Amino acid sequence: MSKDFLEIRKKCLILGASSDIAQAISEEFAKKGFDLILAGRNLDEINKIANNLTIRFNVQAQTVYYNILDLNSQAKLIEDLKQLPDGIIFSIGYLGDQKEVENDFSEAKKLIDTNFTFAIYSLNYFANEFEKRKSGFIIGIGSVAGERGRKKNYIYGASKAAFHAYFSGLRNRLSSSNVFVMTVKPGFVRTKMTENLDLPGKLTAEPSEIAKDVMKAFKKKKDVIYSKKIYRYMFLIIKHIPEKIFKKLDL
Amino acid sequence: MYISGWGNFPKVNSVITSYSDYSKLQEIVKKSQIILPNGLLRSYGDSALSENTFSSKRLNKFLNFDTNRGILHAEAGVSLKEINEITIPKGWFLPVTPGTKYITVGGAIASDVHGKNHHKSGTFGKFVNWIKLLIADGSIVNCSMAENTDLFRATIGGMGLTGIILEAEFQLQQINSSSIVQKTVKTKNLDELLEKFEKYKDYTYSVSWIDTASRGKNSGRALLFLGEHDTNNEIDLEYNQKKQILNVPFFPPKFFLNSFLLKELNFLYFLKELKEEKDFSTDFDSFFYPLDAILNWNRIYGKSGFAQYQFVIPFENASETLKLVLKTLSDFGLYSFVTVLKVFGEENEFYLSFPKKGYTLAMDFAISEKSLKMFDKLDEIIWNAGGRVYLTKDARMSSEFFKEGYTKLIQFKEVKQKFDPNNKFQSLQSKRLGI
Repeated sequence: MSKDFLEIRKKCLILGASSDIAQAISEEFAKKGFDLILAGRNLDEINKIANNLTIRFNVQAQTVYYNILDLNSQAKLIEDLKQLPDGIIFSIGYLGDQKEVENDFSEAKKLIDTNFTFAIYSLNYFANEFEKRKSGFIIGIGSVAGERGRKKNYIYGASKAAFHAYFSGLRNRLSSSNVFVMTVKPGFVRTKMTENLDLPGKLTAEPSEIAKDVMKAFKKKKDVIYSKKIYRYMFLIIKHIPEKIFKKLDL
Repeated sequence: MYISGWGNFPKVNSVITSYSDYSKLQEIVKKSQIILPNGLLRSYGDSALSENTFSSKRLNKFLNFDTNRGILHAEAGVSLKEINEITIPKGWFLPVTPGTKYITVGGAIASDVHGKNHHKSGTFGKFVNWIKLLIADGSIVNCSMAENTDLFRATIGGMGLTGIILEAEFQLQQINSSSIVQKTVKTKNLDELLEKFEKYKDYTYSVSWIDTASRGKNSGRALLFLGEHDTNNEIDLEYNQKKQILNVPFFPPKFFLNSFLLKELNFLYFLKELKEEKDFSTDFDSFFYPLDAILNWNRIYGKSGFAQYQFVIPFENASETLKLVLKTLSDFGLYSFVTVLKVFGEENEFYLSFPKKGYTLAMDFAISEKSLKMFDKLDEIIWNAGGRVYLTKDARMSSEFFKEGYTKLIQFKEVKQKFDPNNKFQSLQSKRLGI
């Protein structure tokens, strides 16, 4: 116990803490002894998550309001931080409904704003600060949907492709500053976001599986991971199908 | 997806939903014609089964743990295993635990589970301070002995038929050791066993295993397991969970666990204790959860499944009734391996709660035409003795027998009518029994 007292505890900020994937990842980091700052829109929900983490893993977990579409709340989170966390995990995503985003620009804008444009605000800030400090990690949850645009979800996919490109660039820029940047590309995951979809059983992961993969990759300092693993190979093939054929497929 | 209880009988194709977000769950309940909450599906028969189920697996948060007073507030899907991992090292233990830790808080309440200390402590429900319940109209209400008392009395032991338990707060018992001081006593026959139960009634924990293969003057010979928390002043709260030492990876063919093997297993289990009496110290998992050490032990009975038959009968004429039950087994040529007898204390005020003063006996049998016939015969015996059968184990009793045994069904139905007039929360069992 006295050891804890002397140890400087590591701290991780979770953006979008109430998502199922974020919750599972928070547990993995708490298991490793990280204190957590949980940021999200639904304070009731993230307070519960914080209590759960504290009771289960004996870590500190504080909560802050954070609405990605409200830049004031993003600025306030940054302003209120007493100290720069060791790392951040970005786990915010809006799936939307493909038909709706095709027809309603405000929905399409909301999707892209949430998944990409407004994400840049906080991500830029932490990237700059970590670069100055010459340490830190940034983990971003993307999606295999960003690997190649398909008619089923290409606006969501486009936002995730942009997100991947941003992360790839960030990694390139920060590699010389000792800042670790990881892109996570999950396939189907059984979460609140996908609960109305009919998901293929064998290809669908539980949030806890994604979280375990993330922790494993974090320890091994992997740059880009797919979860489940099989998606790496599936999308390797999907990416290489000639467009002439691809355009006619129903994937 | 096909689901079944722990007995693998019956099976039902069920649409399963699971949410952590209460508002989504409220919408679903409002929209559904029928729905039934369930957890880890450790009830044996059809009480947790329905064509449309809500799994509590995403309601898995600990919400508050007052380590000074031993009060735990958790969501319904948290399991007893998870609770043990967290509370034992802090000096608190479940006030009541059944023979498996793989059940949820919601399930412990809905079945109003009992343990080896029922004669002293009563059921799990007695330690529940309040419950947060999602009811049929989609609203969320709290119930306790002070608030919505009738709903509280119906929900504890209510088999999930009053609504979806979201959260509960309950009292733990203080411990300063994670060891149990155990005494094992061997008895020659049933009467000696009942005498020994009486002799050792002050023990906090007591349960016995009966050799159902013994006949004649040895009939009902048994091992009686007694236990106390180690109250030695040294504080030792290290909790090492028993590893699952054995797995039953697939369903063995039906002939595997035949009568011959069951008979031998009974014989061997009884013989493993050589002395008349043995005192020793043991850990929680070995004492409370011996069967949890075998992963998927329920598969041993084969694909067609098994049923556990558990009844309670009053003390009056109990010896005769129990002998009649054992004789019925031998008449049918059936043996049970997991055969557990224990003493129950007073009945509580929860309408569908199973325990009442007397003896309870639980036995396992593979499902077959013969065993189903025998269950009907046993029902008659228990009915005549003024007993009843545990809903959490049942898969087949008749609604007449159920109504005879559960005398507070009328009160339960009044509450059900008030809070769930369209009978939204129903299970295969509740339909069968007309609950």
